[in-house]
Amino acid sequence: MTTYILKRLGIGILTLVFASMIVFAVLEIVPGDPARLMLGMNATEDAIAALREQMGLNQPLAVRYIAWLGGFVVGDLGRSYTYSVPVLDLVADRVAVSLPLAVIALVLSTLVAVPVGIFSAARRGRFADTVAMGTAQLGVAVPNFWFALILVYIFAVWLRLVPAGGFPGWAGGAWPALKALILPAIALALPQAAILARVTRSALIEVMGEDFIRTARAKGLPAGRVLWTHALRNALIPVLTILGLQFAFLLAGTIIIENVFYLPGLGRLVFQAITQRDLIVVESVVMLLVASVIVVNLLVDLSYAAVDPRLRTR
Amino acid sequence: MSGASLLALENLSLSIGDMEILRQVDFAIRQGEVMGLVGESGSGKSMTALAIMKLLPHAARASGRILFDGSNLLDASERQMCAVRGDDISMVFQEPMTALNPVKTIGEQVAEGIRWHTGANRADAEDRARAMLDRVGLPESKFPLARYPHELSGGQRQRVVIAIACALKPRLLIADEPTTALDVVLQKQVLDLLRDLVDESRMGLLLISHDLAVVTDMADHVTVMRNGQVMEQGETARTLKEQRHPYTRQLAEASTHVPARAAPPEQAAANATPLLSVENVVRDYPARRTSLLYRPAPFRAVDDVSFSMQPRHSVALVGRSGCGKSTLARMILALDSPTHGAIRLKGQHLEGLNQAALRPFRRDMQVVFQDPYGSFNPRHKVERLVAEPLHLLDEQPTRARRREQVAAALADVGLPADSMDRYAHEFSGGQRQRISIARAMITRPKLIVADEPVSALDVSIRAQILDLFAELNARFDLAYLFITHDLTVARAITDEVMVMHDGRIVERGKTGDVLDNPQTDAARELVDAAPDLDRAIRRRLARI
Repeated sequence: MTTYILKRLGIGILTLVFASMIVFAVLEIVPGDPARLMLGMNATEDAIAALREQMGLNQPLAVRYIAWLGGFVVGDLGRSYTYSVPVLDLVADRVAVSLPLAVIALVLSTLVAVPVGIFSAARRGRFADTVAMGTAQLGVAVPNFWFALILVYIFAVWLRLVPAGGFPGWAGGAWPALKALILPAIALALPQAAILARVTRSALIEVMGEDFIRTARAKGLPAGRVLWTHALRNALIPVLTILGLQFAFLLAGTIIIENVFYLPGLGRLVFQAITQRDLIVVESVVMLLVASVIVVNLLVDLSYAAVDPRLRTR
Repeated sequence: MSGASLLALENLSLSIGDMEILRQVDFAIRQGEVMGLVGESGSGKSMTALAIMKLLPHAARASGRILFDGSNLLDASERQMCAVRGDDISMVFQEPMTALNPVKTIGEQVAEGIRWHTGANRADAEDRARAMLDRVGLPESKFPLARYPHELSGGQRQRVVIAIACALKPRLLIADEPTTALDVVLQKQVLDLLRDLVDESRMGLLLISHDLAVVTDMADHVTVMRNGQVMEQGETARTLKEQRHPYTRQLAEASTHVPARAAPPEQAAANATPLLSVENVVRDYPARRTSLLYRPAPFRAVDDVSFSMQPRHSVALVGRSGCGKSTLARMILALDSPTHGAIRLKGQHLEGLNQAALRPFRRDMQVVFQDPYGSFNPRHKVERLVAEPLHLLDEQPTRARRREQVAAALADVGLPADSMDRYAHEFSGGQRQRISIARAMITRPKLIVADEPVSALDVSIRAQILDLFAELNARFDLAYLFITHDLTVARAITDEVMVMHDGRIVERGKTGDVLDNPQTDAARELVDAAPDLDRAIRRRLARI
């Protein structure tokens, strides 16, 4: 088991280093001189050259890569070209919005999808299953920005239960902040839940056809109990895989929803940074996302081992 | 008789949709009696078992009566059935590798039924599970309750399944092909265990098998089924000795069938180059690491094996599961390379050659696998499946030429040419095995390595396939290396037998000599454990 964890950890760190090289290299290739962008159209060549010198852009590639990577390790992400504030502060503000949003959406979708999947699998082919899976199909098909607008219309404009957009920050207390996040979280959770419910259902149905299910039934256990005690844990591997992928998506894939709800999240930050050639912000956010995907994958791998004893010895 | 019987099936019929699965099946089992249910695949044996347990597919409709202890199980509610299953009637299944839940410990799985039926607390149930596992030969000192199924071998897993089934001392045990997936030595151990458990607690045992010899050895009474109907039933020794029903006779003949073969080739001159020679071959596999610092000694799967084969020779490589047979075969087929030693085909070294250099050799040796269901791509037509090895030719045939070659190969194995435009799933198991032999034959090889080629087939089909092997051997001067744990196959079709044990070839000789008069312990163990119909009938008659 220790070997398994160390091996996964090692693979994770290697991936991270490799990813950092790619991120750094890609942004070097992208056209556009950050110094020129910061100083505007009318800047003199001398001023641009001076700024380039000051930002260290004239140093060799390898030196800049090491400096950049070293900054990451000590928490110095550099200064944003456009906002002229430390990138760390900029990112931290946005993570305080995006991370809770992603976590709420993930919890919501899991809480809805897994029970629906189990329910559908237990009633496979019957009316309730058809309705549940039809709804799930709709959930995958409906674009979430449209669903978000409907939610805003019903809960914010009509019922006035929650704000229609914006984010008050955490300083004013948790409740107003959570209220601002709940509609976007639901909008984000819908397609995720639909996919997860279908995966849970099909994984369970597959497991219910296995020989060991018949062994359990031959012991005298009723079908429902067999589903809970024997089938569910075996069906978890594909469910965990999808959950891991969804979390990574939720963290960064929220640009549209953040725009619909005027949320100052990571998605909007990275979108603005790209349009303004604020490369250092882009690099930092991308690295943060890569790191979080790797961490989530590591957690998924470890939970595989917790679920399935056969994986512990690998 | 029905008054004293534990279980009686009366006019049991079963259909799924429009398909009739069982037609008016009648038989009865008394307490302490072993009833053998014999038949080929599709005869309705397993469906009969599932009908008794009421674990049938949803669409199945049953009529007639299944009387257990006088009450009709077909009228019982699901709730009542849950109380019966695992407590009064238990079941052991064919495939031990998949019959246990991989994420639960063996202790949990044995204790679960005990807790469910008796309401015992965890500790008491575990005590009983421990005692039961000990009884089936898995003592706690070596096999703690916390073991997971994947940490056990196939035979050990089947013991766990038997422990689950017998934990509550059921009055009727149904064993559906309980030993088909095990090698002969394990088969004997598991059958002995079942017999002891029946004697101990006077259970009734319904033993389902396609193997007449196994049933004859075990059962007091036998019921022969075919196409969902009972063909014949009666006291085992008499039924099989007299073989009054033509189908019973047919089954008995098929299971001891020996194809007519020309005399084995004369020993080749001493200086002739053998077709295949294996010299001091060793194959090591790295052992699993248990610690970061210490690397354990490698596992030696094949240990210093040497032998040679002449053209047209048919050799059996027999041994228990895990003895290294398949590893050796893979190296001969150049799918794996030896750690040490040399393998030569027609005098040429195979080891160390790259794929391109191996191509002419691959034309000369082909393989037939055990499972005619798993070894075909279901989306390809037979033409493409059979033509697959043609890429080994230096010059690719035209489409028309390719179809001719496929037709010729299909004709060799007794299939019509129009089979090539169909898909594999349209064929029966025996026909599929013919297709896989056609695929092997299409490059006109000199050597065919056959890995358990008939063990997935019914006895009558298996007799036909053995005949086909014999015919091809004579017609094309083919040499065979049969890898098997089934000694009847070795006896039927091979000139020589090599017995493999723990990676070494421990005995080699003429087939008849080795099987009739084994010299080493490993060979003797195999021969003694192998089911043999004539021997079983004699033994049963002697007991009366």
